Amino acid sequence: MLSIDALHVTYGGAVQAVRGVSMEVPDGKVVAVLGSNGAGKTTLLRTISGTLRLHRGRVESGSIRFGGTDLGSRDPAQAVRMGMVQVPEGRRIFGRLTVEENLRAGGMGNADKSAKARAQDRVYEMFPVLKERRSQRGALLSGGEQQMLAIGRALMASPKLLLLDEPSLGLAPRVIGQIGEVIAEINRQGTSVLLVEQNATMALGVADLAYVLDVGEVSLSGNARELAQTDEVQRLYLGHAAEADHPHDRTRAASGKKLSRWTA
Amino acid sequence: MTQFLSLLLNGISLGALYALIALGFVIIFKASEVVSFTHGSLLLLGAYSIARLSETIGFLPAVLVGIAITALAAFLVERLIINRLRGAPVISLAIVTIGVDIILLTELVRRIGSDILNVPHPWGGGSVRIGDVGISQNRLIAMIVAAILIALFFAAFKYSNWGVAMRASAEDGETAALMGIRQGRVSALAWVVAGVLAAVAALFLVGSPTPGVTPAAYAVGLRAFPAAILGGLDSTGGALVGGLLIGIAEALAAGYQDQLLFLGRGFSAVVPFIVMIAVLLFRPSGLFGTKELTRV
Repeated sequence: MLSIDALHVTYGGAVQAVRGVSMEVPDGKVVAVLGSNGAGKTTLLRTISGTLRLHRGRVESGSIRFGGTDLGSRDPAQAVRMGMVQVPEGRRIFGRLTVEENLRAGGMGNADKSAKARAQDRVYEMFPVLKERRSQRGALLSGGEQQMLAIGRALMASPKLLLLDEPSLGLAPRVIGQIGEVIAEINRQGTSVLLVEQNATMALGVADLAYVLDVGEVSLSGNARELAQTDEVQRLYLGHAAEADHPHDRTRAASGKKLSRWTA
Repeated sequence: MTQFLSLLLNGISLGALYALIALGFVIIFKASEVVSFTHGSLLLLGAYSIARLSETIGFLPAVLVGIAITALAAFLVERLIINRLRGAPVISLAIVTIGVDIILLTELVRRIGSDILNVPHPWGGGSVRIGDVGISQNRLIAMIVAAILIALFFAAFKYSNWGVAMRASAEDGETAALMGIRQGRVSALAWVVAGVLAAVAALFLVGSPTPGVTPAAYAVGLRAFPAAILGGLDSTGGALVGGLLIGIAEALAAGYQDQLLFLGRGFSAVVPFIVMIAVLLFRPSGLFGTKELTRV
């Protein structure tokens, strides 16, 4: 469905944020992208959704194809019309708009009125709390509810591919679990998902395939379940080895020599 | 007391016209992040077009075409200049609009020359009395029309797709773009609406008690600017309140100028700016403006 080939992206012509990344999101699958801060995850999503230019970034080489069409240079609105919608990092709901207006804003790129009505029913069914609070301002929702709203808002465009940028950011563990279930449910209903995460436990739990990005390059990739068993992912993202080594001192483990890039 | 009520009524009607212009400022600021100084000349363009055209095609068609011309001019300014400079600093954009304003104003002043242009309002220059309180027919109709337009505007802003798209992109432009909202379109439409509102205001501002279309109509556009600022540049409700406040203050200062003579003649023309400064001293973001306008 989405295929990225040898993508190079720079900011201001100097900073290389993504260096030769190739990636596939097959139809109907959930693909996770793991990586620490500065690994190029957000840049990757910006390139796909067409907001790279707003951040003065540029695709130097490589290509992104969606359903067989080369995406080249286009604006975010076109990406939405093609069926790709991004849930931005940090939720970014419209706080001064009501829940219902937030959803309406999400449906702006959806020209098909009946599809929009179906999408709204589906969102309210998936997140009953949003229906209860539909006339409240977005800013009054809790963090978890705001994330539900951000996802619901994106679903209003009836996307074929949903791009999620760190949906677990700043949420309580129990809520993160719910987000994982929601992603699985959206996928079951036929939407492919590209999930960018730092929370590897949740991401690998819900994903079919996973890629690990490291300073702009793909360092590991493969089946999500197999990847979760590898030493590197265990050590870097699931924290198992670190906990085994230093059960009482996680901070020391995190600043250990092998993990130096986390402290940069 | 009668004089006070009369001045108040006239002030409200003048204020309603200022509010129309100020609403234009505000939606342009919200949609394009531009403080537009083109409004004075847009106003004059509207007045000039309506006056010129009504010589040949009659009053009502002239009004419609004049409004269309002003809206088109605003649209072209957005498409040809503002849209291409998207992302430029707010200050640069404001200065660009000053440049556009000077060009447009110079051309209009040249065209008006020494002609005495009048808009032949069918309601004429008479006045009506409501009880003891008198108001010119022109200003009374202005008040009614402005009230209807402002109500329509607020309804559209609250309920229409354009309104939702506009508020969403004003709050967070990048996220709105991610949702498929075309900011260019939202911004262009804001300029068109601002152009229409300015032209309607112009139609009434050049009628009784003001004499004809003169470059002085330009200064009226500038007086609506304090209205937008003191309401809070990003608040539509603030534009309405600010417009009324400025209109009433100006009418009262003009009406009681004999008592205010120690401040000099023509003091009423500076009252809008004094009110603005007084409000800003206590509320730097205006009465209803968002406290912090920088977006992260």
